[in-house]
Amino acid sequence: MMRRIRAVRAGRSPSRRTVTALAIGAALTLAATACGGAGDSTASGAKDGFTQAPQSAGPLTVWVDSTRLAAAQLYQKQNPAVKMDIVTYDGDANGSNYLQTKVSLFNRTGNGWPDVVFSSQNNEATWAVTARFAAPLNKGLLPPSLLAGWALNANQPCMVDGTIYCLRNDLAQTVLWYNAALMTQWGYQVPTTWEQYKALGEKVAREHPGYLVGVAGDTFAPEIYLWAGKCGANHITGPKAVTVNTTSAACTRMASLLDDLIAAKSMSTSSVFSSDFDKNEADKILMMPGPSWYGGSLFQGTFKAPKGQVAVAPMPHWSDDATPAVGNVGGGTWLLSAHSTHLKAATDFLTWVTTSDDYQGKVAVGYPAYAPAAKTWLANQAASGYYANDITAPLQSAAGQVWPDWGYGQFSQEAIWAATVTPGLTAGKTIVSLLPAWQKAIANYARSDGYEVTQ
Amino acid sequence: MTTAAGATRRRRSGRAGHAFVAGYLVLLVAFGIVPTVYAIYFAFTDAGGAFAGLSNFGVAAADFRFLPAIGHVALYLVFWLAGLVVFVVGLALLLHRPGMRGVGRTLRFLYYLPGALAGAASVMVWLFVLDPVVSPVGFLLRAAGFETFGQVIAPGNLPVLFAMIAFWTGAGGWIVVMHGALNTISPDILEAARIDGAGAWQTARRIQIPLLRKWIVYMVILAFAGGTQLFVEPQLLSQASVGVAGRDYSPNQLSYDFAFQNDNVNTAAAISVELLVVGLVVAAVFVVRSGFFDAD
Repeated sequence: MMRRIRAVRAGRSPSRRTVTALAIGAALTLAATACGGAGDSTASGAKDGFTQAPQSAGPLTVWVDSTRLAAAQLYQKQNPAVKMDIVTYDGDANGSNYLQTKVSLFNRTGNGWPDVVFSSQNNEATWAVTARFAAPLNKGLLPPSLLAGWALNANQPCMVDGTIYCLRNDLAQTVLWYNAALMTQWGYQVPTTWEQYKALGEKVAREHPGYLVGVAGDTFAPEIYLWAGKCGANHITGPKAVTVNTTSAACTRMASLLDDLIAAKSMSTSSVFSSDFDKNEADKILMMPGPSWYGGSLFQGTFKAPKGQVAVAPMPHWSDDATPAVGNVGGGTWLLSAHSTHLKAATDFLTWVTTSDDYQGKVAVGYPAYAPAAKTWLANQAASGYYANDITAPLQSAAGQVWPDWGYGQFSQEAIWAATVTPGLTAGKTIVSLLPAWQKAIANYARSDGYEVTQ
Repeated sequence: MTTAAGATRRRRSGRAGHAFVAGYLVLLVAFGIVPTVYAIYFAFTDAGGAFAGLSNFGVAAADFRFLPAIGHVALYLVFWLAGLVVFVVGLALLLHRPGMRGVGRTLRFLYYLPGALAGAASVMVWLFVLDPVVSPVGFLLRAAGFETFGQVIAPGNLPVLFAMIAFWTGAGGWIVVMHGALNTISPDILEAARIDGAGAWQTARRIQIPLLRKWIVYMVILAFAGGTQLFVEPQLLSQASVGVAGRDYSPNQLSYDFAFQNDNVNTAAAISVELLVVGLVVAAVFVVRSGFFDAD
């Protein structure tokens, strides 16, 4: 009998404890063998703004997500002489913090860092700089003339105290996507202001019940609507300082608009990636504000919208706001390891992968952050004939209109919104009523990450 | 009188026993004792390795996520332990009924099967089961008023959902154990009870459950320790729901966040040590109160 019980115990308890071992035990055990930690491989002197590791031969280790695998493979094909070790990982999808976790362990063991790494998150620099992982790029590694090619504020997430620690891969500026065929058929005008947008949303609810003018159920809803509405929920004012105000007039005005359209039922509270949206609402989209990647990934990829149906317009703005602003949903970054022992090869790859027309202009799925490549990308999109209008002008102007006072903190805005606002929204509460709780949560999480919070 | 051949046989079997135990002992020390000692060391030191007293415990307790995490797991434990005891004992008793002998063997196998899935994989299965649109039991969810995945995983439902997932993945093994324990009850006692006019319920209540008491206590001790370490279920649900379940739902997740989000291994270790202490204290209380080690 005892033997049987031990068998059960052995099969059950360790499976849970494995997690603990991963989280703490393994890290601590490894720590025992890590005598020197991160500083060990920094024998040669300071250059390009950081203390460089002794350079050596050997393969260039590149970490990419599955989408960016094509980039690394294309580089390898074009540069067969470069020895590469391409590793795919989850790219930190949905805030998994995989990269941060691994770098924390590598810092303890003193080796293992990738030379160049892609992350789908924009806030990696906030920890990667203090963890001494990210190398400064504008202190000699990359020439200013090259860095000047990025779109306005594109590298803002990578900037810490005036130094650039990563390069933006793609932009995720928001625009207004709409069904051109239905708009024409129903005789509607594409709204240019939020007032017109709201009025049309209420009209659609009356005249064509079930059709949608937007979706507020995703965790990035605040980045689409509240960011574009200049709500100061997340204004990073220094490397470890943030101002949080979610109940300002700018925030409540946009939240009220969403509440009114949710009440009218022309604004969905589902997620565009949920199975229920795909089944019940994906074919009922009249308009949908969203990032630049919605076109290829969502409409063309997930929803399989037919050719010639989807069109793009500039994001609406409040009629009394003379300086239109847009939000941003994602856009990945590339980081170069300060521990790299192949800096030359790493810098060459980083430059190619972020600026190459062959990849960024012709293969990349997102709107390239490097402006010259973006031109090629836009020309290719136009040539594909998929869209119902010319998407070039709205996307290009939106690229320079991302409101700069919404920052990229170490805490995940998406996770905070999901835990604080989404359950209330699902339970039928208004977004306006949830704004104070949202503010409290942002402040709490910011403080736990060491930020000085001003409210 | 002991023969020479008999003594040699005993020595050989003794050596084999030691060899088996030694393997377990090495793994226990490497992956159980050493990490635990390191965790205790880190819990009482600061980032520089200097003695820090109880300050790491203070940092953990003062964190805004700490008390909610304790509350979440406490509520989850209520559902999980109550469900475990009631259903495991109930199902084991049903399986043990004389008329169930043939079917029981198949059912025991079926009960045990979900436990063969690794923890993360079984949670992934549940992510589909709980989505009314794709779930094979979607009609039940819709009948209960749930139309979307978001409605199902509302924060108020999480303790029950996690208890259901844990029961599905872990209870089968315990049913098999309880069934084995029931087999050790002498048929004479059960026969005597039957002759005295006891029905199935009377037999279960007056004879079988009291004789199962130690196994139930043993199950509760291990299930409590496992339950306080809740991690995989909320972590995966958090990923699938993009954060609705929260990355810091349980103390174990909070410990993980301290270690890898806040780069504070010492406070992470302090939370782990607290979980260890709670598990040990509860185990001690149960052992003492139940007379677990008393000779029958």
